[in-house]
Amino acid sequence: MERVVIIDYDAGNLRSVQRACMEVGGEATISNDPSQISKAGRIIFPGVGAAGSAMRSIKKYGIDEILLECFDQGVPILGICMGMQISLSHSEEDDQRTIGIIDGEVRRFNVRNEDLKIPHMGWNEVKVVKSHPILSDITAGDEFYFVHAYYPIPRDSEHVFGVAKYESDFCCALGKANFFGTQFHPEKSGRIGLRLLSNFLKWDGRIAQ
Amino acid sequence: MLSKRVIACLDVRDGKLAKSIKFVNTKDIGDPVEKAREYYLEGLDELVFYDITASSDKRNIMLDVVEAVAKQVFIPLSVGGGIRSVQDATDLRLAGAEKINVNTAAVQNPELISDCAGAIGNQNVVLSMDILRVTPSDAIPCGYEIVIHGGRTRTGKDALAWAITGEELGAGELVVNSIDADGTLDGYELILTRMLSDAVRIPVIASGGAGKPHHLRDVLVEGKADAALVASMVHYGTHTIGELKNYLHAEGVKVRMSW
Repeated sequence: MERVVIIDYDAGNLRSVQRACMEVGGEATISNDPSQISKAGRIIFPGVGAAGSAMRSIKKYGIDEILLECFDQGVPILGICMGMQISLSHSEEDDQRTIGIIDGEVRRFNVRNEDLKIPHMGWNEVKVVKSHPILSDITAGDEFYFVHAYYPIPRDSEHVFGVAKYESDFCCALGKANFFGTQFHPEKSGRIGLRLLSNFLKWDGRIAQ
Repeated sequence: MLSKRVIACLDVRDGKLAKSIKFVNTKDIGDPVEKAREYYLEGLDELVFYDITASSDKRNIMLDVVEAVAKQVFIPLSVGGGIRSVQDATDLRLAGAEKINVNTAAVQNPELISDCAGAIGNQNVVLSMDILRVTPSDAIPCGYEIVIHGGRTRTGKDALAWAITGEELGAGELVVNSIDADGTLDGYELILTRMLSDAVRIPVIASGGAGKPHHLRDVLVEGKADAALVASMVHYGTHTIGELKNYLHAEGVKVRMSW
């Protein structure tokens, strides 16, 4: 059976991701062991917290190099929240250089309307701007659960697959080859979130269908 | 844009729904897991469990409840009641709670907020405040006082000042529970909710007083709350979660309508 590994780098509780995978019929192991991760058939890279401490833990376990190797080998990878953010090349948070699977920047929300709270927390509609097998079940009006103060800006808009609006549109789903990332939490987004995870567990790592 | 949230609160004692909640269908009494699942399927946006277990030796039962619910309910799960340490918070997180609510223990030891925020992230620490309307004074200029121990002990603390302190200490969200409105089913305390929502930049959850669907609209629009917490009005079967969301949607309040 295919090995799904959820990468553990001391960045929050990963069991909710594991439970959600189980609900859609996937067995996933939580691990921070590079030898386990390098044998994975599929990787989920979650996480919460700050970019600086996340990168320190990732380097401590040697996960940055393993992840880049797995990416080069075509292993399907799903980054969630902080896992997605540190897959870009730089974060404004802690002025941190990050892994760089996708060229781009992570920036803090700078909303003018004072009624808009930071963090952006709660359910928001995700608009698919470019089709992707992982997003194939999303229809107009579908909402996902978000908790974050920073958001990704891929340098090349070719990598943007979904956007949400908080004063203005921001990228909340991005991808490049066999890597896909979401700013929202599919594991906490009800049935549509579970569908997205299920699509990831079936995904062959190719964008064109 | 971000949707306003409808949150249901379930009181749990010794692992069972508290008996003070009288469900229409009496055979439902006692199973928080079943009730949580039912609300989830009706489109609930977030769930809060409030542990009112009195004896500390039965507290671990709550971890089992949270774990069982987390296997079946894939929306944010928040737990409050008796959380006194970072260890309590991390235990509940491991069991499957997303957010941790601190109340009395945070008033007695404000560092609990920053300690929990450091351990589990600001966004997961909810400062829950029980608030009583009083005559404004030098000590309590805003005219609302913080009370603790489930409403039994007055603290002499100003609610507005405490909310701001809580945000500074790292709370990611506030629950504003009006003791005056609680249980009346006459509507939320709009003035209090709006005052606190205007004073902080973290989300505010209004609690206490919901009895009719329009109460939710009032507090989400006039009270400027980010979320409305409901209890009796759905537990008694008077209204369903789906009905509340349909009503809010029809009234032009942005809520999640697809689940």
